[in-house]
Amino acid sequence: MQRSTITASEPDENGHWGKFGGRYVPETLVAPLDGLTKEFTRARQDPDFWREFDQRLRDYCGRPTPLFHAHRLTAHAARAQVYLKREDLCHTGSHKINNAVGQALLARRMGKHRIVAETGAGQHGVATTTVCGMFGLQCIIYMGAEDMQRQALNVFRMRLLGAEVIPVNAGTRTLKDAINETLRDWVTNVHDTYYLLGSALGPHPYPLLVREFQRVIGREAREQILSAAGKLPRALIACVGGGSNSIGLFHPFIGDPSVRLVGVEAGGRADSLGQHAARFHSAAASGGGCVGVLHGTMSYVLQNEDGQIANTHSISAGLDYAAIGPEHAYLHDGGRAEYIRASDGEALEGFRLCAELEGIIPALESSHAIIPAIRIARELPQSDAIIVNLSGRGDKDVQLVAELN
Amino acid sequence: MSRIREKFGELKRSGRGGFIPFITAGDPDLATTELLLVELAAAGADIIELGVPFSDPVADGEVIQRASERALRNGVTLRDALSCIARAKQQIAVPIVLFSYFNPLLQFGGKRLASDAKRAGAEAVLVTDLIPEEAHAWTEMLQEHGLDSIFLVAPTTSDERLARIAQQASGFIYAVSRAGVTGARDEMTDDAETLVRRLRMVCDLPVAVGFGISTAEQLRQVWRFADAAVVGSAIVSEIERLKTAPDLVRRIGKFARSLLATK
Repeated sequence: MQRSTITASEPDENGHWGKFGGRYVPETLVAPLDGLTKEFTRARQDPDFWREFDQRLRDYCGRPTPLFHAHRLTAHAARAQVYLKREDLCHTGSHKINNAVGQALLARRMGKHRIVAETGAGQHGVATTTVCGMFGLQCIIYMGAEDMQRQALNVFRMRLLGAEVIPVNAGTRTLKDAINETLRDWVTNVHDTYYLLGSALGPHPYPLLVREFQRVIGREAREQILSAAGKLPRALIACVGGGSNSIGLFHPFIGDPSVRLVGVEAGGRADSLGQHAARFHSAAASGGGCVGVLHGTMSYVLQNEDGQIANTHSISAGLDYAAIGPEHAYLHDGGRAEYIRASDGEALEGFRLCAELEGIIPALESSHAIIPAIRIARELPQSDAIIVNLSGRGDKDVQLVAELN
Repeated sequence: MSRIREKFGELKRSGRGGFIPFITAGDPDLATTELLLVELAAAGADIIELGVPFSDPVADGEVIQRASERALRNGVTLRDALSCIARAKQQIAVPIVLFSYFNPLLQFGGKRLASDAKRAGAEAVLVTDLIPEEAHAWTEMLQEHGLDSIFLVAPTTSDERLARIAQQASGFIYAVSRAGVTGARDEMTDDAETLVRRLRMVCDLPVAVGFGISTAEQLRQVWRFADAAVVGSAIVSEIERLKTAPDLVRRIGKFARSLLATK
């Protein structure tokens, strides 16, 4: 493979990574986005802010999360050493809490007491609700009516934790529509409301600030692997929906050209448009994404030729989304990161393999990374290591998988 | 001078406030949209905004969301909206503003949009989610074809930003009356008047106020401080209510006239 010239990845002052990112929003939202950018820029340079962030992640979320040497998965691959970054051990069960803590701290600095957020599978909704509880903030979660049915347990969890969960009946009644509705709430209640966006997408500065709050994954992993294996890993493998767990893991390694960055998209159940959520699966004829604008940012978007956003499908609600974070689009086009697909079936296979061999039930989202990781491990010598981001735990998916059997 | 500026000149000379109805292309179907454009012109529209349906209209309330869904179910595209304008324009002279979210335009292509919209007889383009910072290339392409670029300003827009937006805008400025999505409201706040006053300090372009205007009384209220008023959801809601009525077009015309009637 040709080596990429990208050794760093920072957006310009308007949030562009090359042509990707930026701000495509109704004018009303420009002022609050400017305000958020300003506050984040200040916070980013404030050691006290990061001290509190680190302390909350340590004492409340249980960081650092372990980097686990998965011996039996390694034996199964029979080549390179497989390590799992255990984000599933975070409080609330996924990496989403890292970002929720960071943004809640920002909301508090800005004096906003009403928090709105979207959720797909419910992981970000639960993380947001939890953090709002910790800080005493009002919390409203928008969730597609379809997703509320599929993830009834998470709806109950959020309500138990004190959130108002509002069903969204528009459009496909899934994550995309939940984001639409959260944006509509924000644009209406902009004076007292903070939008706590859950992934590395949306208008500037969200893709940047979400990444900065998730970078802790990669920072820890880098230290941990250097101490465990004595050298850098040959590859990092993570599932990509909007792309927050993957960019969090990848970013601290972008300047290490020997480390392959591999994002795994949801290949769904078929290749045609509407049957998957693989934005980079670029042959347009087979329903791949092309460059477009959705939810305030320019990136690869699954859409029809008229620019209408396509329906998507994935067995995991967290990957079931038509666009990908703009920084991933930049890393893709620049050849620094590679993006592959895992089908619903491969995700289920990974789910079972991880449960049987390691006693860890991964989220169906994270399960997408496992089979591709085994394949990559098989191409490498035994002396090398790879890291798989186990971004969340699979308790929420057990019922769904049981019903499939 | 653009047809839109001429229209505002005319309004000023006659001391009238402008009436700008909004409808969605293809709601309830394309043939009816063409008839509605003609009928709204006859009913006294000074400018008409024609919406391009989009799958994810984040700036719109439920009424216009549903209109978009109806049009998309009919398979209506940007190209259809343009041909609808072309057919209507053979019958009416009222300036038409193409009103869209950015992604359908992006996929169509800027140059193609500018030349096709011009050929169809549209006078301007307004893109709900394209702020001036991201719009430079588009504004230029539209300008090359003699099309105006209408931009939105909102109560949250700073004075400094108002001036910057005004520099890039042409035709008129669309002032959003309040924070929020499109849709009728019983009460008008002072936000719109304050915004228009701030805008007048930094720009000479005519100002239209929209979002939430649904009655004759609210129109007259807006005309006291702005050059024109946009009525969208109230008309679209009537279209929804009457969508199966055989005399839909006539009754929408009647509704538009009732908005303009002075007591």
